Amino acid sequence: MTLKAVVNNVAQMPASADAVVDIQKLSLTFQTADGPVYALSDVDLTIERGDFVSFIGPSGCGKTTLLRVIADLEKATGGDISINGVSPQEARENRAYGYVFQAPALLPWRSIERNVTLPLEIMEIPREERIKRGHEALKLVELNGFEKKFPWQLSGGMQQRASIARALSFDADLLLMDEPFGALDEIVRDHLNEQLLKLWARTNKTVAFVTHSIPEAVYLSTKIVVMSPRPGRIIDVIKTDFPKDRGLDIRETPEFLEVAHRVREGLRAGHSYDE
Amino acid sequence: MTKIKLDKFCLVAAIAALLALIFPLTGIDPDSGKQIAFVSDIPGIAVAMALSVITGAAFTWLGVGRIQYAAIILAVAVFGCWQAVGALYNHGIAGHAATGFWLFILSLWAFVWRGIDVVARYRSLETAKQQSANILVPIAFGIWLLFLWEVIVAGFGVPQVLLPAPSAIGLRFISSTDILAADFHQTFIKAVISGYVIGCGSAFIVAIAVDRVPFLKRGLLPLGNMVSALPIIGVAPIMVMWFGFDWQSKAAVIVIMTFFPMLVNTVTGLNAAGALEKDLMATYASGYWSTLFRLRLPAAMPFVFNALKINSTLALIGAIVAEFFGTPIVGMGFRISTEVGRMNVDMVWAEIALAALAGTAFYGAVAYVERKATSWHPSFRVRRH
Repeated sequence: MTLKAVVNNVAQMPASADAVVDIQKLSLTFQTADGPVYALSDVDLTIERGDFVSFIGPSGCGKTTLLRVIADLEKATGGDISINGVSPQEARENRAYGYVFQAPALLPWRSIERNVTLPLEIMEIPREERIKRGHEALKLVELNGFEKKFPWQLSGGMQQRASIARALSFDADLLLMDEPFGALDEIVRDHLNEQLLKLWARTNKTVAFVTHSIPEAVYLSTKIVVMSPRPGRIIDVIKTDFPKDRGLDIRETPEFLEVAHRVREGLRAGHSYDE
Repeated sequence: MTKIKLDKFCLVAAIAALLALIFPLTGIDPDSGKQIAFVSDIPGIAVAMALSVITGAAFTWLGVGRIQYAAIILAVAVFGCWQAVGALYNHGIAGHAATGFWLFILSLWAFVWRGIDVVARYRSLETAKQQSANILVPIAFGIWLLFLWEVIVAGFGVPQVLLPAPSAIGLRFISSTDILAADFHQTFIKAVISGYVIGCGSAFIVAIAVDRVPFLKRGLLPLGNMVSALPIIGVAPIMVMWFGFDWQSKAAVIVIMTFFPMLVNTVTGLNAAGALEKDLMATYASGYWSTLFRLRLPAAMPFVFNALKINSTLALIGAIVAEFFGTPIVGMGFRISTEVGRMNVDMVWAEIALAALAGTAFYGAVAYVERKATSWHPSFRVRRH
């Protein structure tokens, strides 16, 4: 592996035919009592099939907002965005993506199994099939055997894994993850990162992953999107070519540190220290 | 030398029982000018007092650290209570009790207080033991209060019209079960249940409509607030005029009383689901009804049950008060208003006891269903690993 952790300005590349997410000149302004807040401005980005894209940046840089626009939880106020060639709303109605939130957001009155099969229930999939797919999803996150437990009987890391299983249960090709491991301790986080990477390698899903941890972003991604606040914009897109079956030890290699350095430089450049 | 810690309650019990043996048990009979009874004449109470002195003295030193000790002092207290009641009624102390007798009651009080205190603090990992202790505390305390009531009414000779003794109320209750059953059927089964179901049920459905339609939220909620502020005393006669003398008018009063608490609680509950959970349902493209049944109604359940519990007691009050304003010649409220006029206060109290029992059972039943239905809620969670 060379240290040509190839750096491209993706914005200038033509939108590939295999683009899962295609964003052009996207902007989003919130109207508040204190005047407009420019959450996103002039964002261009393409996420291709099989990509693992991390969004990194300081808080308030709009990375979560961008993910929410992709998920149709927020509406863009300008520019174009298409998911699988259709609008975010259509994509959402087609159940094109699974979304993992910062908090597990498991419903406390449902057992783990019934939480994981909740999307299948909403999609009116027959009970037998639901249970089968629920089991498979729980196996993917190594939570088999916990079907009958309730969320509050599980640790924080296990709850977050259950919420990932829930996003996986209906087998959407696109996985949107908003700082899913932000609240977990380092060891659990490493473990879940490793599991997530294996899962991604095995299922060949497309993942969009918001984080504010540089090692996490570099370790997981094929493409790192560095963002800066006020207004939220993309300041750098870094492509990496680490092997798909990389282990945690890769974080000690010079290549890894080089990419991490680049990300840090990008973050520093985009950050104004005037406050 | 370590300082010995004396158990103050047992000390009080021992000293009070000792003084009870010395002070006169009764007052002086105005006719004969003599003491009505002496401790020496009543071996039962004498033994009970002596036993209290010994037990009190012993546990003053030993302390009541163990549950077994608490059982012993409670047993002594139960024996003492039994002898005290026996002395009151069988030896003519009723109406003439004096210092000695009340000192003995004080001694019993100290024992019961200390004993229940120990049982209340009892902690066991065995569920059965813990639950029996949990049940024992309110029962023992309730029985003690009834005993105090009985002894004070009998000891001071309080006139029946002012306050009958619990035993008199109990006897009246048992001897008039047929009347009580008819009243219960009229007031509770017919009026309360139907009014409660209609009131809570319609408020629940209206709450869902209010939540769905914004102008109802702005228009109907303030109006509902006004309806709930209507005085029941004013509304009840009008309901009797509208719906007749029978249970329907009482049910109508209950509907008015229970509607608003249910409406407000359900509307609040429907907004209890967090933004995160709503976003989650949106990512699955879950429709209005799907989100209502899978997220918002389950999240609203603790609020709904809160209203159901409040309304369970409101409904009974409403039915009884409404019966004061016209009713067929049966019903708990009717009985209370007529028997008070005939000075049959023990019957009034029997009805009050019936209402208390019915109200408690009703509330308990709703609380039980709540526990089963919202066992996931933090206030009911039990670790089941």
